[in-house]
Amino acid sequence: MDDDKVFKALADPNRRQLLDRLCERNGQTLGQLCEAMDMKRQSVTQHLGLLEQANVISTQRRGREKLHFINPVPLYEVYERWIRKFEEGRLALLHDLKQELERNEK
Amino acid sequence: MTDKSASFVYVTFIRTTPEKVFDAITRPEISRHYWGHENVSDDWQPGSEWQNIKANETRTVELVGKVIESAPPKRLVISWANESQKYDPDQYSRVTYDIEQQGDMVKLTVLHDELQPGSGMLKGISEGWPLVLSSMKSFLETGQGLDL
Repeated sequence: MDDDKVFKALADPNRRQLLDRLCERNGQTLGQLCEAMDMKRQSVTQHLGLLEQANVISTQRRGREKLHFINPVPLYEVYERWIRKFEEGRLALLHDLKQELERNEK
Repeated sequence: MTDKSASFVYVTFIRTTPEKVFDAITRPEISRHYWGHENVSDDWQPGSEWQNIKANETRTVELVGKVIESAPPKRLVISWANESQKYDPDQYSRVTYDIEQQGDMVKLTVLHDELQPGSGMLKGISEGWPLVLSSMKSFLETGQGLDL
C-alpha cells in the first residue's frame, strides 16, 4: 500500500544512517540522534518526520522525552513483496554457482 | 537488579476494524491462521493466564504469561515468557497492544518492553514480530496469512 513512502524514505543516505543508529540502539531521543549525526537539528527533525510518515520509525513519549524506535514491519512487507519472491530458488542457484566457480579458481 | 531496559515498538496500519484486530490477537481459531500459533486464555481478564501454543499436532506451549490489563477492543497488556523459563520472574517481559482507529485504517502498536538486553528472547522477538504483524495485516486484509 505505502511501498512508495518506504522506498522514498530509504532513498537517502542520511535517513538510512538514522535507521542504522536506531538499529544499534533502539529508543533514542532527538538529541541523542543529533549527536550521532553530523547534521543540524532541523535537518535531523525533517528526516525523522519522513521516516515516521513512512512508518519505518515510530515514537513514544516517556515523561518529557520523545523516544524514536525503528519499526521493521513495513521493511518486512517490502522484503516479502519485492525481494523474497524473486530471490527464492534462482538467487540461491546463482549464489552456489558463484561459490563453485570461485572455489575452482583458487 | 536485572537489567530489563530493552524495548521495541512495532506499528502496522491495517484496513479493518479495532474489534477484528482484538479478535485476531485473542481468539485461537484466528491467531492460528496468521501466527501458526494459538493465543489461548480462559477469559483474557486481568490476572488470568494466557498461552501461545503451536498450531500443529504437537500442541507445544511456547509462551506463557498473565493478562495485566484488558480493555477490548482498544488495549491489551500481557506478561510474556518462554514456557521453559516460566519459573524465573527475571525472564518475563511485557507486551502492550494498542489498537486505534485512524480514518478507515486501524493503527496497531505493539510495545514489547522490560526485555533483557542481549537475551535470547530479545533476539527471537526482533525477528518474530515483523513477520507476525505483516502476516496479521495480510490475513485481515486479504484472508490470507503469510507462510511463517
